[in-house]
Amino acid sequence: MSEHARHRRPVSWRLILSGSWLAIVIICAVFAPYIAPHDPLAQDLLLERLPPFWVSGAEPGYYLGTDGLGRDVLSRIIYGARIALTVAFVAATAACLIGSTMGLVAGYFRGWLDQIVSRIVDIWMSFPPVLFSILLVAVIGTGLHSVIIAITAIDWIRFCRVVRAETLVQTRMDYIDSARAAGFSRLNILVREVFPNALPTIVALLSLEMGIAVIVEAILSFVNLSISTDDPTWGGMIAEGRTIIHFAWWVLVFPLIALFLTVLAFSQFGEGLRDRFDPVLR
Amino acid sequence: MSEPLFDVENLYVSFPDPNHKTLFGQMPMVEVLHGIRLKIEEGTVVGLVGESGSGKSTLGRALVRLLDPVSGSIRFAGTDITYLDENALRPLRRDLQVIFQDPLSALNPRLTIGTIIGRPLQLHGLANGRREALKLTQEALEHVGLPTAFVARYPHELSGGQRQRVGIARAIATRPRFVLADEIVSGLDVSSQAQILTLLADLKKDLGLTIVFISHDLSVVRRLCDQVVVLRHGEILENRPTGPLFEHPEHPYTAELKAAIPLPEVDGDWLNS
Amino acid sequence: MSPDKATARSYLDIDDLSIVLKHQPTHRLLRSVGLHVMPGEVRGLVGESGAGKSMIGKTIFDILPRAVEIVEGSVRLGDDELLKLPQSARRKVIARTSALIPQDPLTALNPVRRIEPQITDRLTRILGVSKSDARERARALLDEVHIRDPESVLRNYPHQLSGGMRQRVLIAAAFAAEPKLIVADEPTTALDVTVQKQILKLIAEMQARHGTALLFVTHDLGVVAKICQNVSVLYGGKIVEDTEVKSLFARPTHAYTQALIAATPRYDRPDESLVPVPAAVIEATQHEIAAADDAWLGARQAGGRR
Repeated sequence: MSEHARHRRPVSWRLILSGSWLAIVIICAVFAPYIAPHDPLAQDLLLERLPPFWVSGAEPGYYLGTDGLGRDVLSRIIYGARIALTVAFVAATAACLIGSTMGLVAGYFRGWLDQIVSRIVDIWMSFPPVLFSILLVAVIGTGLHSVIIAITAIDWIRFCRVVRAETLVQTRMDYIDSARAAGFSRLNILVREVFPNALPTIVALLSLEMGIAVIVEAILSFVNLSISTDDPTWGGMIAEGRTIIHFAWWVLVFPLIALFLTVLAFSQFGEGLRDRFDPVLR
Repeated sequence: MSEPLFDVENLYVSFPDPNHKTLFGQMPMVEVLHGIRLKIEEGTVVGLVGESGSGKSTLGRALVRLLDPVSGSIRFAGTDITYLDENALRPLRRDLQVIFQDPLSALNPRLTIGTIIGRPLQLHGLANGRREALKLTQEALEHVGLPTAFVARYPHELSGGQRQRVGIARAIATRPRFVLADEIVSGLDVSSQAQILTLLADLKKDLGLTIVFISHDLSVVRRLCDQVVVLRHGEILENRPTGPLFEHPEHPYTAELKAAIPLPEVDGDWLNS
Repeated sequence: MSPDKATARSYLDIDDLSIVLKHQPTHRLLRSVGLHVMPGEVRGLVGESGAGKSMIGKTIFDILPRAVEIVEGSVRLGDDELLKLPQSARRKVIARTSALIPQDPLTALNPVRRIEPQITDRLTRILGVSKSDARERARALLDEVHIRDPESVLRNYPHQLSGGMRQRVLIAAAFAAEPKLIVADEPTTALDVTVQKQILKLIAEMQARHGTALLFVTHDLGVVAKICQNVSVLYGGKIVEDTEVKSLFARPTHAYTQALIAATPRYDRPDESLVPVPAAVIEATQHEIAAADDAWLGARQAGGRR
C-alpha cells in the first residue's frame, strides 16, 4: 500500500505548454529592445495599416503589419509585454502578500480579528471592481504606479477570502491540536504547520491573479486610464484597433491573442503547479 | 496512598452551541460536562467509555488542556493546570501527550515523519540539535516497530496501521508520564487493531505510562484497561476496576452497553434480548 | 466455493467475476469472485478495508469507477444477465429489483429535501405509482420501521433527525419498492452500539417479513454472527471462505479466517490475548492469490490465442 503512493506523477502537458508561453512572454519583455524589429513608437504615415505578412500588400519586415500611425504591431506587442508583466508580477505579488497574511491571521486566530477582516472584505466586495479601479486611478492619477496600486487595493480580498477559508479547514485538522499538545506557540503553529498547507492554494491563486492583473491593466489602458497613450500597452492597442477594425483587423486581433494566451497560461500554470507539487494525493 | 497523577474536581465544560447562532455572532453555550470528579493513579490505564455525545472526548481533551474548562479544577502531578495559559503549560506539555483517532488528520501532510516526531523533542530541550533529535526519533520508531528509514517518509505514504504507530511514536518520544489515546483503533482493521493494542499494552509495561483510553468499543476496553469510567450525557455513571464492572455492572446503562455488543458467536436470541 | 452450491433459486448470482484496472489489465481487483444470495437469505460479505467489498456492491449497482473494467464473469439478478444488457436496460432492471442501505446516514440523505420525496422518489419516478399512493406507502413504511410520528417525520428535513432515525428512514426507503435484493453496505458502522443493535434487529425483521435476499457487507465478525445465515470472506479480491455462519465460527477452514477471528477482541474473554493476524498467514494467503492469478492469466492467454 505504501509503495503504491511513491510513484512519480506523469509529465503535465498543461504545465509545459503554459510554462513555455510564459517563458516566451518573459523573454520578450526582458529583451524587448533586442528582439523587436522596429521602434514601437516610430511613426511612418507612409507605412500605415500595412497588413500581416501573408496578406497581399504586406511590406517585408513588418510581420504582423502596422497600425493607423504606421507603427509596427509586432514590436508594440513585444514592448507591451513589459508593461503587462510588470503589472502582473508587482500587483499580484503585493495583493498576495497583503491578502494571504490577512487571511491566515483571520482564519487562524478567529475572534475579533476575524470579525474585523471579514467585515472589511464584505464592504470591499460590495463595490463593483472595475468601477472601483477606474475611480481609484481617476483619483490618484494615471500611470503605471496607479494601476499597480489600484489592482492591489482591489484584489487582495481575493487572496484573503480563499486563504482564510483554507486556513479554517486546516485549523480543524487534528495535527493542529497535536502541535498544541506538543507545546508549540500559536505563531509557531501558524507559520510551520498551517502555512505550508495553505501554500499550494496561495501559489495557484497567485498565478491566476497575475493573469487577472494583465486583464485589468488592459481594461484600464483600453479606457485610457493607464500610462501615456503613446506607450505600447496591449489594452491601448486593442482600443486603437477597435476604431479601425473594418480597415485593419490585425491591429486589434494580435494584441488580443497575446492577451488571451497570457491570461490563460497564467491560470493553467498555477493549476498545473499545484497538481504537480502537492505531495498529498487527494 | 500517594497523590494521584490526575485529580479532577467538579469539572464543568461548555461549548458554543452552533445550532443557535444569533445575528451578532454571539452563541449561547451548552454544557457538555457537568461536575466531573475523577482520580487517576499513576501507572494505570483508565478507559473512558460512552456513546457519541457522552462527553468522553471532551473530558479527555480537558485533561490535556486542549480546551478551557468553565469551572472546577484539574490537578496534574500536584499542579493545578485548570486555568494555566499556553506559556505556563509549555513545560508540562512533554508529560501530557495525545494520540489522536485519525492519524491521517493528526499528522501534518507536508512534514516528514522525522520532523513530526523530532521537532517537539527540540522544543522541550530533550535533544540538542537535529542530529540528536533524529537519533531519538529513530529510537521511537523502533520502539513502535517501524523501520528507522521512515523518518524521510510523508504520512500519506504509509498505511493506516503504520500511521497510527507514528502517532504513538510521537507521543512516547518525549518520555511522557501521561498519554491520552482518543479512539485510536476505531478507524483500523481488525488485524492492525490487534497489533496496536498489543503495542500499547507493551509500552505501558515498559515505560510505566499512565494512559486514558477513550473508546466506544467495550471489548477493546476490557482487554486493555485497569479501570473503566462510563459516561453518559456529560456525567460519570460508573467508575470501577474493569473486572468487577464487566462482571456485575452496577448501573443499568452499563449493562445495556455490554449487552449491545455483538460477540463473534452465533446466538439466535441476541437480537431479541 | 464451488458454483454448484448455487441453485437455480438464488436471486443474485455472481460467477467468476474478475475486475481489473484499465491501464494495468493483469492486475485483478476482484479475482474470479462467486457470490450467491437466495430470496429470504441473509449473506454476510466480510473483509478488511481494501479487500474489494465495495467493488462487489458497485458491480451490482453498475456504478463502477471508470478506471476499472469487468474482464470476465457474469452478474445475474433473477433471470436477467446484467452484463449482457445494454446500459439503459441494465439500469432499469437494477432500479426495479435492487436497493441499497448505505453506510453513512449523514450523507446518504439530501440535506435540502424533505424526507417524503426521498422515500417516494423511486416509487413515483421509476415504478409510476401515483403521488398519493406513494405517500400512503411511505407512511406505512415509516410505521413498519417503528417511527412513532410518521406524518411529521415525512415533513422533516434530514438534519432534524438523529442518526438512528435517519438510518430507519433509509431502511424504509430501501424497502419502499419491494426490492428482490437489498445490499446493506456497513449500515451500522457509523452508529453507537445500542443504536446498532436496534437497527440490526430492524433490518432482520424487515428482511424476514419481506423475504428479501439481503447481502450484508461488513468488517465486523460480531455483526455477521448475529444477523447472517451464510457468509463469504473476502481477502485481496478473492473469496477465501464461503460457508454457513455456524461453521465459520465453529470450524473456520481458511487460515486467514481463523486469524481474523483470533484477532477480534471479546469482552467476555479478557485473558485470551489478542493475536494479531500473523505475517505468515498473510504471506501464505497472498501466495495463494498469486498462484490463482498465474493460473488465470495462463488460461486467458491460451484462450486468447485460440
